Amino acid sequence: MKADPAGVLTGVHYLDGDYACGEGAMAAGCRFVAGYPITPSTEVVERISRRFPMMGGTFIQMEDELASMAAVAGGVWTGTKCMTVTSGPGFSLMMENIGLATMMEAPCVVVNVQRGGPSTGLPTMVGQADMMQARWGSHGDYELIALSPQSPQEAFDLTIDAFNLAETWRVPVMFMMDECVGHMTEKVVIPPADEIEVVPRVLTDKKPGEYKPYAVNGRPVPENVRAGDGYRFHTTGLTHDERGYPAMTVECQSTAVRRLIDKIRLNADQIVRYEEEDVEGADVVVVAYGITARVTRAGIDLARAQGVKVGFMRLIVVWPFPEKRIRELAGSVKAFVVPEINYGQMVLEVERCAAGRATTTLVPHLGGGVHDPEDICRAIVEAAK
Amino acid sequence: MTTPIENRPEDHPIAPYLRMDRMPHIWCPTCGIGTVVKCFASALGEAGVDLDKTAIVSGIGCTGRVAGYMNLDAFHATHGRAIPFATGLKLGRPELEVVVFSGDGDLSGIGGNHFIHAARRNMDLLVILVNNFIYGMTGGQNAPTTPETARSSTMPFGNFERPFNLPHLAASCGATFVSRWTCLHIRRLTKCIRTALGRKGFRFIEVIAPCSTLYSRLNRLGSGLDLIKFYHDNSEIRHGADTRDLDIGFQDHFVCGNFVDEERPTFLEQMNAHYSKTLGDRYVPMQPEGGWIHE
Repeated sequence: MKADPAGVLTGVHYLDGDYACGEGAMAAGCRFVAGYPITPSTEVVERISRRFPMMGGTFIQMEDELASMAAVAGGVWTGTKCMTVTSGPGFSLMMENIGLATMMEAPCVVVNVQRGGPSTGLPTMVGQADMMQARWGSHGDYELIALSPQSPQEAFDLTIDAFNLAETWRVPVMFMMDECVGHMTEKVVIPPADEIEVVPRVLTDKKPGEYKPYAVNGRPVPENVRAGDGYRFHTTGLTHDERGYPAMTVECQSTAVRRLIDKIRLNADQIVRYEEEDVEGADVVVVAYGITARVTRAGIDLARAQGVKVGFMRLIVVWPFPEKRIRELAGSVKAFVVPEINYGQMVLEVERCAAGRATTTLVPHLGGGVHDPEDICRAIVEAAK
Repeated sequence: MTTPIENRPEDHPIAPYLRMDRMPHIWCPTCGIGTVVKCFASALGEAGVDLDKTAIVSGIGCTGRVAGYMNLDAFHATHGRAIPFATGLKLGRPELEVVVFSGDGDLSGIGGNHFIHAARRNMDLLVILVNNFIYGMTGGQNAPTTPETARSSTMPFGNFERPFNLPHLAASCGATFVSRWTCLHIRRLTKCIRTALGRKGFRFIEVIAPCSTLYSRLNRLGSGLDLIKFYHDNSEIRHGADTRDLDIGFQDHFVCGNFVDEERPTFLEQMNAHYSKTLGDRYVPMQPEGGWIHE
């Protein structure tokens, strides 16, 4: 369906990534946000708290991030689209309830404007070191979706996509911004509401009594329901059967958890998203995401000036990881170069998928700033040898 | 002369309020939680609330299983997070009556921060806390409610920490309805829940309940029935008591009753009134049926 015009601030704006993300959420139809202040993410909820009262939305500043994520996991069950916003330390606190949302199949969006870590780290300075946490941070086996925007415009566009993916696959979607994108101000074009496609929460048309909250009947995800419509449904973080009742057996664990994972894993081709430039015939392909993708372009230009054939692959959906594409490229390129603002995270995925058929080089930055394009260039030139 | 009655569970008066397909429940013989569930179910019927618009949220633990047995929209959340989970439900669809039903460890231990803030905000939630003085599900460990000197599996030589006085905690944080009853007080507890269902804001009911398997065994207090007898002999009903006087000592005389019943605008009322005043016609409140946007 088309976006609800109440949430769409159509026009050409000059916004930072945090504000643009907030605008994206409102355009996507988000009407409940629970959050706790944390640098460098707070501007997202500041924007929302200023605009929500005019569009029937409710923002609540909770007592901590545990509560924020729990409120989102609960709010989802009213049919209202929900989001929370945080940075590293808060993201750590949200992990248990992100797992709950995964287990309950509660569609929602979790924004993490990444800063340097570990622990309190660099509160006001950039990092990209929560990428593995986004995928593996909660306990147990699960899959979810994560995106990484490279600009305020993408912070807007991809936040809408994040909500749409959450609805389509009934998972929490991690919106992995970084401090640079969050705090950089650029032109952001917000289209008219009737040009924005949103995936609505379609509720079951089964009658109470016939409806089972976790019956999939061959589809990847179960049908939606909301509290207050007479279905008297039950959901739990315990391993559960189709009725949503606890069923703590080896068999049910196998069926239920396998489906949670397979709905993403087996449909990864529909979810994975990346951009490529000049990868055909390249000797080296640089893989990057977020702010680092923009710095990488300068590094690539420098390497090309030295005659190296360099291609570029920018990850937009980071999880699920584009395994298939990296495997294909590994057959034709000599090397992958992976700059990221951490000491080696997504590079591990590239290396895993390259499986020794192409070399993989990390260009680390420990955080607090972006790469020097010269460092990326040097790694490319070295890898091409 | 008595007529033999066929023992059919579905004929029980509270059967319509329960998920009978989940019976039998997991609770031990002479556990007090079932009694509180019975009182709650009776109160739902007596209060005439719309069951289709009533949601229940539990955390983790023995009492944390209550939501799973109630024939309502029912949510079994993470440990300690029933109150914020319920807050999301309430704010996402304001017309819902949202009940939080959980234990002392869940709500006042790991979830203590949420408890005090929900009370401070006067969030529109009815919180029923079953206090058995111990972590039952995990095997009898010390709780924030374990009376001084009482034994638990992690205080084998007796508890030396001061426990919470929960009605005082709730009242001092701003709860507008505060009561304490025990599993002995079936009629009074039922009436209390019924009354609370008719009120708004953060309503807190503590129910003292026997845990015969752990608390009672570790402290050699006999069966659940012996504890009910103890409540009979040692509880005093004192409505309107100063909540500062409600500490519970080990096997000591204690006070029950309805302590606070006052009106104060709820979170949603405050929010709506404030935005209406400051924003005037520009304010668009969330509709009672929530923020669901559909075709």
